[in-house]
Formats: sequence, structure tokens, C-alpha cells
Amino acid sequence: MEAVRVAGVSKVFNQGAVNQVDALVDIDLDVRKGEFVSLIGPSGCGKSTLLRLIADLIQPTTGEVTVNGKTAHQARLDQDYGMAFQQSGLFDWRTVERNIELPLELKGWDKPKRRARSAEMLTLVKLTEFSQHMPWQLSGGMQQRVAIARALAAHPELLLMDEPFGALDEMTREHMQAELLRICRETGTTVVFVTHSIPEAVYLADRVVVMSPRPGRITATVDVGLGRDRNELTREATEFYDRVTEVREALRGTHVGDVVAGLEDR
Amino acid sequence: MKFTARVRSSLAVILPPIVLGVVFIALWQAWVEIKDVQPFVIPKPSAIIDALREDPDLVVKASVVTGVNALVGLVLGSVIGFVAAVLTNRYRLIGDLVNPLAVTVAAVPAVVIVGVLNNMYALDSQIGRRLMVTIAVFFIVFVQVAKGLRHNNPTQMELMDSYAATPRQVLLRVRIPNTMPFLFTAIRTAAPIAVIIALVSEYFGGTQDGLGSKISGTLNGSNKALGFAYVVGGSIVGLLFFAGSSLLEYLVVPWQRRRVHG
Amino acid sequence: MFPLAFVFVAGLWEAYKSVGPEAGGKVLGIRLLPRTADRAMPHVWDMTSRLGRPEVRGGTEAIWQVVAAATWYSFRVALVAFVIGALLGVGVAVLMARFKVVERAVMPYLIVSQTVPIIVLGPLIIGLMAYGSRDLVSKTWIAAIILGVFLAFFPVAVATLRGLQSTPPASLELMESLAAPWWRTLVKLRFPAAIPFIAPALRLAGAAAVVGVVVAEISLGVPGGVGRLILSYGQDASSDPPKLYTAVFGAAVLGLAMALLVVAIDRQLMRRHPPEAT
Repeated sequence: MEAVRVAGVSKVFNQGAVNQVDALVDIDLDVRKGEFVSLIGPSGCGKSTLLRLIADLIQPTTGEVTVNGKTAHQARLDQDYGMAFQQSGLFDWRTVERNIELPLELKGWDKPKRRARSAEMLTLVKLTEFSQHMPWQLSGGMQQRVAIARALAAHPELLLMDEPFGALDEMTREHMQAELLRICRETGTTVVFVTHSIPEAVYLADRVVVMSPRPGRITATVDVGLGRDRNELTREATEFYDRVTEVREALRGTHVGDVVAGLEDR
Repeated sequence: MKFTARVRSSLAVILPPIVLGVVFIALWQAWVEIKDVQPFVIPKPSAIIDALREDPDLVVKASVVTGVNALVGLVLGSVIGFVAAVLTNRYRLIGDLVNPLAVTVAAVPAVVIVGVLNNMYALDSQIGRRLMVTIAVFFIVFVQVAKGLRHNNPTQMELMDSYAATPRQVLLRVRIPNTMPFLFTAIRTAAPIAVIIALVSEYFGGTQDGLGSKISGTLNGSNKALGFAYVVGGSIVGLLFFAGSSLLEYLVVPWQRRRVHG
Repeated sequence: MFPLAFVFVAGLWEAYKSVGPEAGGKVLGIRLLPRTADRAMPHVWDMTSRLGRPEVRGGTEAIWQVVAAATWYSFRVALVAFVIGALLGVGVAVLMARFKVVERAVMPYLIVSQTVPIIVLGPLIIGLMAYGSRDLVSKTWIAAIILGVFLAFFPVAVATLRGLQSTPPASLELMESLAAPWWRTLVKLRFPAAIPFIAPALRLAGAAAVVGVVVAEISLGVPGGVGRLILSYGQDASSDPPKLYTAVFGAAVLGLAMALLVVAIDRQLMRRHPPEAT
């Protein structure tokens, strides 16, 4: 059973109205358990929309989304996934610890269980000393680490991320990518990760799914094949550059009239 | 070296207002002395200090009466204003009724409404004044909190959606805490106004034991020095309210600090 | 929605009158409920019909004409006070922005003025005026203007200063790189950038000017003003209760008129600025 199955899905906004938008058309995607999949594409290609369809924050116009063998809706009600966004969305009035406990509170866990779990998550993201701090006392990278800890607090099998490192500077970004990989390896979580950055998509994922806009569709899939033990050296490996190039070319190939571009490159 | 530099910069900040204040008071004192201004026109600063020192109890008692009125009104008005704003979020009709009233009440000189209320209440009651303060504070808090409730953090809302949270959970855990900054800023704005209204509401008869009536009584009469002493009392009450509400805001809504001073 | 709100209030008023206790009542031991006798709370229709009848028995003018004239008088006084107060406020703020010493000296007093009930100084200003000149005593409306100016000045000064000081640093650096002298920068950059701060303060100042003028009129009995009417009709309150409320209506109209004016000014000033993010 796949962790996520998207079958024949399309999403149309404002159907029939003058401002109708075909955000997604004919999407088929299977994500295996424990797999890390990146979604990449230019603005308007529908990658964030696709992520939200998996999260059941919006519903498909046609087609089916299955998570863990259930409908996306049921998966959301059962809290089978955790989600992280570009803004950390932390609650300013709660300590780091209580921010992480938020999903557990909503599920009705009692205090000792919550405390134990949030302590565990803090250790995982290496922020134990900051448990009593307030969000505005932390840097952007640290806030995102807390957001990730929160997303994983209920030990979901699936993690959905919408450009979580987009607001960070390059150095912090690379550091966070390494941390995220480590965390996901340790917990065995399936991840669907939306990004704008080609190196990020390749560094993190087992598979990079390339999308194009107008209307949004999947145009290519690149198997990264860099193995599970990635580190700083990976970024300098030839295979890494090859994959990045492959993704970049797949992306370029998605623009209209790009036959010439292919010639340009040679 | 660093010490003298720090002293100098601190002095640069503190000295000018002190100098201005001292010069002003000195000129005042001198003018009264030289021109031999009668005390029933305007008292000397020294006479004011004497009046304060002679019987501080008078001023304190009157300050307490007015202060309590202002405080009761401030607390009640804030609570009712907050609840009304939250309800308005759910039931639009309340907002549609209250908003035009808010605009009108803001426009009509408060003094006038006070006169009306005074008429409606018996002579020995402080209720009319407290009601007046409550009404004034209510509108300030209501408008601000209603505004705050309309500000929704989209990321947090999506997050709560992903948790399949009930609307009640969203209200309690996200929307109301997000309005706290607005609430406490409104209270800080309303605090000095509460004092002013409590004072002014005493101009229209009723018991004469609050600051407002004492001030108008003495300033219209001959003992102006005492009147000024009461004014000083009133100023202190106003400052206390402002300091208290600012402190409250600072403590309860600490994450506003970086925004307020940014 | 406005008329609905007023009907609602009138409805509440009458409803309470019919069920409320005549001599006022207690709720939980506190004398909370106002008196409902006709003397304390006249019927709504009594108040409105009173508008049509003459001021004094046997007089020729209907009372609403008296009230309207007084309201117009007070409005003009408040308007003058507002304009002078606003100009002074802006002027002082510019000085404070230009000379740091002036800012440091005056700022604490500006802050204090926002928290301290300066309205109480009304009688004092009047007393000073009386001292100043014999014939000024009769021109009590000057005292009303002074008090109005006093109250309107502070919010405008505070807001203008804040506005002048919150110009984006990037724009200031641009002007510097263009070798623009301070006053030019003020006119071309700081001042226009400060408008979003000044406009709301002008609304406050308008209301403050009205309050100052009305309070002065009440404490001095300025002839011709609506405050004076409130004062004298209030004295007749026991014999002719609705009379007071006619003057109250007048004052309400005064406040609303000023509010409309300052809102119009606000819109006009802000027409080129992007709409508020709220």
C-alpha cells in the first residue's frame, strides 16, 4: 500500500466563472512508504495546490486522493500527517514546548504524555535548551525547526511541507536540509516536499517530480539515486550535479517553445 | 572613558525637559511675585506645594474617589467591549447595531452624555459616572478587538485546518489569543480617557467628593492654590492609569514589544 | 444602518421606561437602574415634540431654532480652535523634528499631556484671561477657543512628530544622495510620508476641539453657545424636562458635524495613499 496515491486528479477553481483557473489537470502520483518526494516547478504549476489536495485542505474536482489507504479526508480527521509551511505559524503566546504540544492538545492527550512527547521532539530537532523560550526569541531557522517538531509531534507517517525553508538564507537552508534528512531517516517518515530550489529538491529527495503550469501537470520525474547517506560532500559529488542538471533541463523543457533552448545548451 | 560618555548621553536626554520644566515654573513664580498677581487669579507654584503639604489627605481622598470610578468603568467597559466584539464576530447583527452607535458616541462631546446620565440617576450615586466611563471604554475596546478578530493569520488557520480542529477550538486557541495585543493596546488607550471622563462627569452635580467637582469648585472660587493641588492629584491619577495599563500590556503581551518599539 | 441603530436605542429607552422602577432600582444591592419618572427620563416623543415649541412660554421662536443657532455658533468656535490647534501642533512637531534639543525638552510633556486630564485647566485659562484684560472678560468665547486649541494641539503634535520621524530610511538616504537640504526634504518627503499619521490625529483633534469648546461654554456660560444652553436648560430640568434634551440633541449634532468634517478632510488627505491593510 502506498503512503500517498493521487489518481486522475484535477482541480479547477471558479468553475464556469469568468476567472476559472485550471490549477491541476490529470495528476497521477504514487509515493511509497518512507520515500522522500520533492515537487518542483515554476509559479502557478500547482505544486502547492497538489500538496493541499493531499492534505485535504481543498478537495479535488475530479479524481481521488488516498492517504495510507484511506480517503484524504479521513486521513486528516485521523491526523495521519503533519504539515509545515513557509511561515512557521508558531503561536507567539506559547512557549516552544507548548507550541509543539498543540496537535497533541487538540487530540486530547493528557499533560504528562504531551510533555514527554514534546521533550522527545525537542531532542530530535536539537532544541532542548530552548523549550521555555518564546518564538520571537528564536531565529528563523530555529522557528522552522520547532514547526517541524510540531509537525512530527504525533508521530505521523506522512510529512507535508510547503517551501518551509523559503524564508531562510542559503547557509541556514543547507543546514536545515541536512537536519531534515537526518530526522526523516531516524523516524522513517514519508515526505512530500514542495520547493522552488533545484539543489534543495535534489539534495533532499529520492524522487523529484517536475511540474509545469497552465494547466498544472506533472511533466517529468527524476530518480535521484544518491543513496540514503547524504552529507555535505554529497553536494559536491558529480552525480549530484548531474541530477541537478537533469532537473533543470526537465524544468526548461516545460516552458513553451523550448525546442530552441535545447539547441542553445549544446 | 566609557562611563563619562554614557553619563553625557544620559544627561543630554534628561536635562532638556527638566530644564524646560524648571524654567517654566521659575518664570511662573517670578511673574506672580513681580506682578503681584492676586492668588485668586493664579497661584504661585510655591503656594501649590504648600497646599499639597498642608493637607495631603484631602487630595488623596478625592483622587481615590475619582480613581475608583475610572477603574470600575475601565474594567467593566473592557470586559463588555471584548465580549461584544467576540459575539459580533459570530452574529453580525450586533456589529451592525453597535458600529453606528460607536461612531456617534465618539462624535458627541462626552460631557453632554454625562449630563444626560446625571439626570437619570439619583444624586447620591456614583453609578452614573461609572456607567459613563464604562460606555466610553466599551466603544474603544469594542472597535479595536473587532478589528483584531478580523486579522487572521493564514498560516495558523491552515494549520488548524490540517488538525481538523473545530471552530470552537480555533476561536479559543488561535483567534482570541491573536486579539490580545489589540485588547491591551485598546485598554492602554482607554485608561487616560477613563480618568478624564470620570473627572468631567463630576462637573454636573451629584456628590462633591471626587476630584472633578473639587477642581471645578475650587478653581472657580478663591482658593486656586488648593484647586491646583487637586489638579496635580488628577495628573498623578492619570499617569498611574497610563503606567499601569502600559505595564499590563508589557507583561501580558510581551511579543508586542518588538513591534511597539520597531 | 444608522437610522436602525437610533430606532433601536429609542426603543430601548421607551421599553425601559415602561418596565423600570419610578424611583430607580437596585440590582444586587447596587443602585444600578436609573429613574424612569418622566422628570428623569422624558418620553422620546416628548423630546422630539419639544423641539417645535417655543423656548419660553409665550416666546416667538421655536426652541429648535434657538438650539440650531447655538449649535452653529459653537461649531464655528470649535472649527477655529481646531484649525489653530492643528497648525500649532504641526508647527511644534516640525520644530521638534528639526532640533533634537527641542524634541527632548518637549516630548515628555507631550506624553504627559496624553495621560493627564488637561481639560480640568479650563477654569484656569479663563481666570488668566480675566486677569489679562478687562474687556476680554466679556469675550468669553476666546476662552472657549483657547481651551479647544489646547486640547486639539497635543494629539496633532504627537502624531505629526511620529509621522515625521518614521520616514523610511532608504528614502532619506536617497534625498541625501541628491544633496537636498533639510527643509526641502521636509516638504518633499517627510511631510507627505507623515500624512497617514496626521490624518487620524486630525480626527481626534476635531473631537477634542469640540469637547474643549463645549466644556468651556458650560463652565463659563458663554452666551450664544450650545454649552450655555445645556447649562441653563439643565437648571429648568425639574420643571421642563425635555428642554434639556433639546440642547443635548444640539450638542450631538455639533459633534457629528465636526466628525463628518474631519472624516472628509481625512479622505481628502489620504486619497493618494494605498488603502489600509485592515
